[in-house]
Amino acid sequence: MVPALLCLLGCQLLGEALVQLTRAPVPGPVLGMLLLALWLGLVARGRIPAALGQTADVLLAHLSLLFVPAGVGVMLHLQRIAAEWLAIVAALVLSTLLAIAATAIAMRAVLRRLPPPADDGDGDGDGDGRDVHG
Amino acid sequence: MDRNLLDIWVYLSAQPLLWLAVTLAAYLAGYRLFMASHQRAWLNPVALAILLIAGLLAVTGTPYARYFEGAQFVHFLLGPATVALAVPLVRHWARIRRMWLPLAVGLVAGSLTAALSAMAIAWGLGASLRTVLSMAPKSVTTPVAMGIAEKIGGLPSLTAVLVILTGIVGAVLGPGLLARLGIREDEVRGYALGVAAHGIGTARAFQLGSLCGAFAGLAIGLNALLTALLVPLLASMLGLS
Repeated sequence: MVPALLCLLGCQLLGEALVQLTRAPVPGPVLGMLLLALWLGLVARGRIPAALGQTADVLLAHLSLLFVPAGVGVMLHLQRIAAEWLAIVAALVLSTLLAIAATAIAMRAVLRRLPPPADDGDGDGDGDGRDVHG
Repeated sequence: MDRNLLDIWVYLSAQPLLWLAVTLAAYLAGYRLFMASHQRAWLNPVALAILLIAGLLAVTGTPYARYFEGAQFVHFLLGPATVALAVPLVRHWARIRRMWLPLAVGLVAGSLTAALSAMAIAWGLGASLRTVLSMAPKSVTTPVAMGIAEKIGGLPSLTAVLVILTGIVGAVLGPGLLARLGIREDEVRGYALGVAAHGIGTARAFQLGSLCGAFAGLAIGLNALLTALLVPLLASMLGLS
């Protein structure tokens, strides 16, 4: 648990540091995710340490809890939302539905043009020693 | 008696402990209700928790800043949780690598649609420029979206709220919409939820299955990258910032 937490925080820290250094338009945690994925893929060859897997699963099982504090900030903007509620509600609902539909339809259209894959399962990495390209 | 209770309240309400506990309790209550209703989509746990807490803060006259002193410990975990998305990514890497082309096409389609349609609809219905700009990055995970909003002249704290409301809309209506469109593949369902509704959509996708969740998690990172590059460009092309 402690090594796993340190691993997550370390990747985030590295990500934040790289963002500061390079002024990349990406947030530190997203870069940290990329670094951890690269490390797990290239160095650990797709084998995820059990403790890291468990810690990640715990964090992700209740991912939506983590959005509650920022969401309560809605109370700071009640006036603006009340004044522009129709535009805000319509834009939020319609554009979110449109984005889901656009993603799914575009992705499926391309997917159907691909040759059917030889199914090699979707288990824990391919573990066949081939390089994993980030 | 009342005097003592009041003293206790005054003491506790100034401590981070109280609002941290309230955050967890409100989410747990929302989650229990959601499960007890056989996962009825409109009883979204995040939405319920936000309503409960905002109501409590309003009734007790507690400012948001004081609430956040306690809630920041939960908020902080967004960072490590984002890093943790690498784990499902690596678990399903073989499948993701095979699908890079549909993933890239879906990402561009979804990312552009989210930003452009949100801005167009808000603008068309008479929202102020600040609101329109705050709306543009709303499909991206909170910290990135706030950074983008700041860059193009939106209000970062309003963007954070719009991002979360977007996530709730996606989580509540998304799976039903995908079913109506006849989309059954877990990869496509998860990815669409992640592109349009970031972490809250991803939380919903994990409830639909681990493969679904892995593709949603992948979408969060990719859409964060693309939107961070795209939205500032769009805003300056449209002459908005």
